[in-house]
Amino acid sequence: MLAYILRRILYAIPILIGVNLITFVLFFMINSPDDMARAQLGAKQVTPQMIEAWKVEKGYDKPLFLNPKATGVEKISDTLFMQESLKLFAFDFGFSDANRDIGSDIKERMGPSLAIALPTFFIALVTNISLALLLVLFRGSVLDTSMMVIAVMIMSISGLFYIIAGQVLFSKVWHWVPISGYEPGWSAVKFVILPVIIGVFAGMGAGVRWYRSIFLEQMNQDYVRTARAKGLSEISVLFKHVLKNGMLPILTGVVVVIPSLFMGSLVMESFFGIPGLGSYTIDAINSQDFAIVKAMVFLGSVLYIVGLILTDISYTLFDPRVKLS
Amino acid sequence: MNLTLLWTDIMVWILIFALIGWGWVVSRSPQVKKQWHTIFRSRIAMASAIVLLFYLSFALLDSVHMRHTVQDKSGHAASAEVHYKGEMVSLLDLLFAHTIEHTERTYSAPFATHEYAKSIVVDEKDNVTRQAYLPLKYVNIPAGESEMEDIVRRSLGAIGLGLFVSLILVFLHLLLKGKERFGEKVRYVWRGETELPWRTAYLTFLLLTVTFVWLYVLSYHYHVLGTDKVGGDVFYQSLKSIRTGVLIGILTTLVMLPVSIVLGISAGFFGGWIDDIIQYIYTTLNSIPGVLLIAAAVLVMQVMMDNHPQWFETTLERSDLRLLFLIMILGVTSWTGLCRLLRAETLKISQVEFVTAAKAFGVSKWKIIFRHIMPNLMHIILISVVLDFSGLVLAEAVLSYVGVGVDPTMYSWGNMINQARLEMAREPMVWWSLFSAFIFMFILVLAANLLSDRVQTVLDPRNKS
Repeated sequence: MLAYILRRILYAIPILIGVNLITFVLFFMINSPDDMARAQLGAKQVTPQMIEAWKVEKGYDKPLFLNPKATGVEKISDTLFMQESLKLFAFDFGFSDANRDIGSDIKERMGPSLAIALPTFFIALVTNISLALLLVLFRGSVLDTSMMVIAVMIMSISGLFYIIAGQVLFSKVWHWVPISGYEPGWSAVKFVILPVIIGVFAGMGAGVRWYRSIFLEQMNQDYVRTARAKGLSEISVLFKHVLKNGMLPILTGVVVVIPSLFMGSLVMESFFGIPGLGSYTIDAINSQDFAIVKAMVFLGSVLYIVGLILTDISYTLFDPRVKLS
Repeated sequence: MNLTLLWTDIMVWILIFALIGWGWVVSRSPQVKKQWHTIFRSRIAMASAIVLLFYLSFALLDSVHMRHTVQDKSGHAASAEVHYKGEMVSLLDLLFAHTIEHTERTYSAPFATHEYAKSIVVDEKDNVTRQAYLPLKYVNIPAGESEMEDIVRRSLGAIGLGLFVSLILVFLHLLLKGKERFGEKVRYVWRGETELPWRTAYLTFLLLTVTFVWLYVLSYHYHVLGTDKVGGDVFYQSLKSIRTGVLIGILTTLVMLPVSIVLGISAGFFGGWIDDIIQYIYTTLNSIPGVLLIAAAVLVMQVMMDNHPQWFETTLERSDLRLLFLIMILGVTSWTGLCRLLRAETLKISQVEFVTAAKAFGVSKWKIIFRHIMPNLMHIILISVVLDFSGLVLAEAVLSYVGVGVDPTMYSWGNMINQARLEMAREPMVWWSLFSAFIFMFILVLAANLLSDRVQTVLDPRNKS
């Protein structure tokens, strides 16, 4: 088991190098540091001296991949690519354009992001699975078909509408919750509750349909027929057999996103003014702060890979047939 | 007038002709024909397809751009050089020339005669200022009639016209279709006894056409869906946004399909190091969160476009280039899912007897791929194409909100929603921009979702139980 996990982590390293290469090509090769300097300094009458100064200040004054001036190993190591990648691998994200330490910013903003993402995730999981089970229990009935129609409709509406409509109704018209903002501690509840409800509702259509299809597929299996033949009631078939066997396909889809919850939601956080990582990223995109975007891309990939490894591990825990080798 | 096609125009027309060609090839295979027949036997699928075609026709109408030639001021007809005006207009713009010219000063509600907010007016007589709702410039109600009467009178005429036009089209289609006598055909359709649900199709078509003609005719006299902050007509904006949404939905697929098909089949069929490399590429790309990769790429592209202003002459070309880039970026980030599916399926098919037999007979690898593997992957490709469409239309709105979508000067539902966000805070609320974007988007995405559901149920072999 330990050896398997270790090998999976080793396998993640080339992927992360690949991610680094992609971001490096995106940020440093398509637009050279000179172009970035020009875009950042803004004015048309930028002198070459100003560009050089900006590059030195940011640490972008080294050659991209190969340093002809250096000797030996430094030919490769004393380059922009190595410098940037090594920093990322050490989780040293450097400083943003506003001269703030990105690493400590991220640590600070993780809390508010989780305050929204975690409840949304778990409430959605429980409601979607229970609704799907209910529909499978009454499959083919009026309840089932009408709920499926509603699910398609929920899916067909852009998430932005739910947010705007929710804000207008609950905050502006009825004044139940503040329209946006955030406070740490327990008083966060009143800020968090609306985004969570909207998040759960917006994902309900796709979620219920997905779980329902998984359970329906299980319903056609032989073991269900056997269980019925034994005289088990429909409800105990559903909860004792179908739910358990449905857990496996559900695990693949669900476990992988858990680490990514740290990243928060871009749209939700910026609409509700929550100082999490999502709104952090949006602000960075809008102010064209490349250092932050780069850090978030790397962080997101690391979390996704952690999610993949967790998925594999959870398989071994839940499915005795899977033997890791 | 001079025909000038934008890059995206060219791509969309190539795609349309390719689709028609593909449809013609496919229609010769009785098996595939039967499959499509089964898909459209569902009334919902038929209605959805009509809605999608309606949207597509607007997108195509908006994808033929031309430039006005400028008349020489001195009146020399045969001047040596032909000058073009900077701006380009599409066929849809020509249709809506009246609304483009007649912009108001600021917000006004649908069918309103006055502006939505009071403005300060200086009274000429006693030189005092007072607040008043200013009348709209381009809404004129004939004297002696109330607004309601005017709307009703014009609506009746417009609906009559819409019915007339659509009924003629329906009858034309009936005339050309099938071999029975015309009266018989009408009777079968009327009773809903045709094999395909033509009655539903005609009713959907009738409903859409009448609604459009009604709104269009009234748009000569009113702002049917209100006006936005700078007085632009919202109905026109919503229609212009169709092109953006539809293009992102279908062109992204066009970009992504060849990549995922080639890589997916090669990975599954050849195996070994080819498989390893392709798997590595898509795992790497997949591990970067989609929105962030798109955001990063769009940011980089913005810097590049800012540094090269010589690439485009007009703002329209600039926003078009940006749309093209966005489509390509979306394509690059979205091929991995289909690629993985195709790889798995190819692996499975490669083990089936008919392929091993072909291999044993010494059939060449390419022939095996084209004759035996490709046809068996068609249903996966098709399902994913229809499934992706609605997701991409919705993604456009989110991306535009994040600030990495289409150009802010381009008409798109995402930009409309983005703008509407601030309007909701006004008192009284400016709801019509958001409402129009919502309705237009909802109908398109709902139709796409319903159709893709049907395609999935019919084509997915797992559903045959």
